[in-house]
Amino acid sequence: MMPDLAAILSRVQTALPAAALALRRNPGPAGQDSLLVAPADLVAVCRFLRDTPELAFDLLSNVTGVDWPDPATADAVAVPAEATAPAACGFLEVVYHLYSTPRRVGPLVLRARTADRAAAVQLPSVVAVYRSAEFQEREIYDLFGVIFTGHPDLRRILMWDEFLDHPLRKDYVAPDDYQYEPTPHDAVLEKAKLHYPAKAES
Amino acid sequence: MAIDPKLAEDLKSQGVHVTSFESLINWGRASSLWPLQFGLACCAIEMIAATMAKYDMARFGAEVFRPSPRQADLMIVAGTVTKKMAPQVVRLYNQMAEPKYVIAMGACAISGGPFKDGYNVLKGIDRFIPVDVSIPGCPPRPEALLHGLITLREQIAKEKLLGRTRARHADPNAGAELPVPTFGPHDLEPTFNPDLWNPPAITRHASES
Amino acid sequence: MISNPFMAPATNPAAPELDEDQLLHVSLGPQHPSTHGVFRMNVVLDGETVVSLKPVFGYLHRNHEKIAEAVTYLSSMPFTDRLDYICPLTNNWAYARAVEQLAGIEVPERAEFIRVITAELTRLINHTAFVGFFLGDMGAWGSALMYAFREREKILDLFEDLTGARMMSNFMRFGGCRNDLPAGWAARASELVNGFPRFLDELENLIIGNEVLLARTQNVGALPKEALINGGITGPMLRAAGVAYDIRKAEPYGIYERFEFRVPLGETGDCYDRLMIRFLELRESLAILRQALAQLPDGPYINPKSKVRNFKPPVGEAYARIEGPKGELGFHLISDGSVNPFRYRIRPPSFINLTLIEDMCLGLDLADVVVILGSVDIVLGEVDR
Repeated sequence: MMPDLAAILSRVQTALPAAALALRRNPGPAGQDSLLVAPADLVAVCRFLRDTPELAFDLLSNVTGVDWPDPATADAVAVPAEATAPAACGFLEVVYHLYSTPRRVGPLVLRARTADRAAAVQLPSVVAVYRSAEFQEREIYDLFGVIFTGHPDLRRILMWDEFLDHPLRKDYVAPDDYQYEPTPHDAVLEKAKLHYPAKAES
Repeated sequence: MAIDPKLAEDLKSQGVHVTSFESLINWGRASSLWPLQFGLACCAIEMIAATMAKYDMARFGAEVFRPSPRQADLMIVAGTVTKKMAPQVVRLYNQMAEPKYVIAMGACAISGGPFKDGYNVLKGIDRFIPVDVSIPGCPPRPEALLHGLITLREQIAKEKLLGRTRARHADPNAGAELPVPTFGPHDLEPTFNPDLWNPPAITRHASES
Repeated sequence: MISNPFMAPATNPAAPELDEDQLLHVSLGPQHPSTHGVFRMNVVLDGETVVSLKPVFGYLHRNHEKIAEAVTYLSSMPFTDRLDYICPLTNNWAYARAVEQLAGIEVPERAEFIRVITAELTRLINHTAFVGFFLGDMGAWGSALMYAFREREKILDLFEDLTGARMMSNFMRFGGCRNDLPAGWAARASELVNGFPRFLDELENLIIGNEVLLARTQNVGALPKEALINGGITGPMLRAAGVAYDIRKAEPYGIYERFEFRVPLGETGDCYDRLMIRFLELRESLAILRQALAQLPDGPYINPKSKVRNFKPPVGEAYARIEGPKGELGFHLISDGSVNPFRYRIRPPSFINLTLIEDMCLGLDLADVVVILGSVDIVLGEVDR
């Protein structure tokens, strides 16, 4: 059963008047609308959603990172309820899918966004509320480079520790380990062409 | 050097087997390969299936899977080798005692397979360790693994112990430990072992394609 | 700073004063006969007692999510086979469901039946193989696995007839399945389903009540159910602790509300309950299979309106999940209106079920670590993706 987002939003705003939340509409047929939460209020909102007995969102099922180099695309996927100016630059986003096991309601989609993609990539960690975020936040740090403040053990999880890049970012360039293939085709052919000798001037 | 085949046949009917020392050694080696119990990914499940009731790898003398590389003489690289795993694979190979053989099982171990566009996928284990038999398939069926095993046995039976074309493990000057790649900031360092793997230089021009 | 009551204790309460010189650091894996693939745990031991356990992932990180962003939606279907490679057909279903939600595609009735039948057969494979591997972890290497793989081969023969491949089925399509059931397939599946309880009785008689099994599994690795939910544990592990949460009941997808089946629950959530819950779930899966095979309707096996070439879902996102044999298997897809997904994320049950592995092992012996890891039932293709 899908949660009633408008009711949840008004309930959160009554309980936490300082929290900045906004409803984001999903234009697709899935109709899974989401709540955009300001990073500073994320932990408090999560705690409220978990501990209020009428909501009881006790299972943080999924934590995903998304890289949005173009903020207009982000607003097209998660449409703001009222016309607002899009973000000035691209950003990283973390999406949380919450479920309630006793009430069998979900998914409640929360999103939090960093300020930009380069320096200000901090978001608060929700591990203090949901333990299930522990490894998933490490994975997002590894693959997207979001720094979760307050995470108990923020290290790379999938790649080795000496690795410097964040591979799931859209502008990541994979190492060129193409050496030779007898019959290159498709993507490998494109890669192979980079290695062809330059055409002789004639 | 070689005994007259007709005479050998005659003696055999009398219960006397005559053979060369080389054939005897190779026969022994080929008939009881002990694989390293070493599964990487999907192909490992088919490798396990090959040892189980329906396919029964024991018929070919290769059912004694050893968890320790020191006791094994066949490494079946069953699955995708990632760059994070590649140093451990080379290290395990170094720890195996000679004579040792390698079967690259499945498309991933041969060339990266379906995952070859991945940033963390090694495009073929032959970049770091010498491969004796490659088994295509994603994953190869257990029958294909058995076929690969029989192919390896045929290769072992033909090995020379002496002379210029002798096998690697019979050559006292060959066989230092293979260098283990290290983790770099973007990729493995080095990305391949040039002593083992020398890709041909690419000579085609962009205009020809 | 961190005030989560469910966080791991910093040290083992049983041995509060530890002499750093006396501690033994053991790296279990990535090559180890009992770690179910290339999984590694850095274990610190005080004598035989585990005082710290840090899992190390990534030895099978095959970049599925990155590759999927560069290919079309349908091209990712074969890759989903290779996630949890013991049960490809449930992976297919989860991904197909996510795309169907993303694009709003209806699935015809017969296709839903075929999906339920293949998914429950996959659950049979997974749980029987689990029993074999789990017994192997406890030292009964080979024997139980032989029985499990004997039955697995029979189901794989069915899958081979249906999909053309033993393991990598690549069978589901958006809006249905790739092909219809071959002639006589349903009858042979019924035959298998009817013969399966005999095998289950045999296997249960062999292992349940065995002294060694009881000693190794009872009161090992139990955690309170609140901690499990907070840690995101789903599937048989959660139900073994007594939480009635099965997505087939909580959020009936497909046509699961048409079938009568029970959700078995454990009491304590120790490794013994986790083993028994699989046995009970096997019998419930057989019940679903019997009903589905008996009610199998005629009709199209794929939605005729579903598009294969130039398939572009509308802009938006979707998160869809199913009750996989190992837990909640979800796919989160974001479409920007092009032929490739903008973001493709798998919610892997094996990976998230490992969140609490340290908590379960602290204060126990090293040998228990192997049993607990076996009871989680992980597949590395899904853990590292």
